[in-house]
Amino acid sequence: MEDANHLVFIVAAYGAAAAVVAGLIAWVMLDYRAQSAKLAQFESRSVVRGIAGRAPIQEANEDA
Amino acid sequence: MAAANLANPSRFLKIASPAIPWLGGLTVIAFAVGITEAVLSPDDYQQGATVKIMFLHVPGAWLGMLGWGVMTVAALGTLVWRHPLADVTAKAAAPIGAAFTFMCLVTGSLWGRPMWGTYWVWDARLTSVLVLFLLYLGVIALWRTVDDPSRAARAAAIVTLVGAVDLPIIKFSVEWWNTLHQSASVFRMDGPTIDPSILVPLLVMTGAFTLLFITLLLAAMRNELLRRRVRTLRLMQASVVG
Repeated sequence: MEDANHLVFIVAAYGAAAAVVAGLIAWVMLDYRAQSAKLAQFESRSVVRGIAGRAPIQEANEDA
Repeated sequence: MAAANLANPSRFLKIASPAIPWLGGLTVIAFAVGITEAVLSPDDYQQGATVKIMFLHVPGAWLGMLGWGVMTVAALGTLVWRHPLADVTAKAAAPIGAAFTFMCLVTGSLWGRPMWGTYWVWDARLTSVLVLFLLYLGVIALWRTVDDPSRAARAAAIVTLVGAVDLPIIKFSVEWWNTLHQSASVFRMDGPTIDPSILVPLLVMTGAFTLLFITLLLAAMRNELLRRRVRTLRLMQASVVG
């Protein structure tokens, strides 16, 4: 009976840890996708416009 | 030489980007071994099966403190050496450290209820870890509220250095005060007091979580560098249009 009671706490702890880890992985992956998409958008726009006659990614790299 | 090479954000990206999937793979393998060891480990003679919660709680506590330790070194890098990657590291480490501190608090509560008869007591160890979690939230809020990354970095670095006082308080709280939380049983001058059948899975799980921390930190740093590139491009575009 006591073991069964303890099992609830063990399962809850592993569930909480899994949620934290999954949340962190999702945050990092979604953020990477979002930033890459924004950068690609700028890249394609700057190719069309040719901002300041310089490759913007290169310039941004130097600034970052 | 390697550290000097990494100081350049572009060079850092060139090294970190291919390393992230490899580290991710190593993390998965380490977790597979750690979880198998944890499942197969015997029950503790006092804690029973709840000792398995320790395989999550201890790594959470370790990484919560490691995260702030990384941020403290990065804060010095920002304020003293003005290292180009220091504030990127600090900003990336904060949410990861906060998440592991949260995991430590939740799993500790879930262990405390069957073992101590309560989810929470205002004992020095628990309270100092809660303070660490609140400090993390404060630094994250600071990064989000200050628009200029270099100004935010300096403010966050000062808060981080002040908050670092909490790390020795957490570590030695169980010795300085009479606490319900047990004293150190792994990192002791006279060696661990845990039986190897429980110590081995505990160390393997701690290693797996540490690998996860490193992988997530590198990935979050890469994201932050990309975000800064986008910001720079946006400013360049605005100045061209303006």
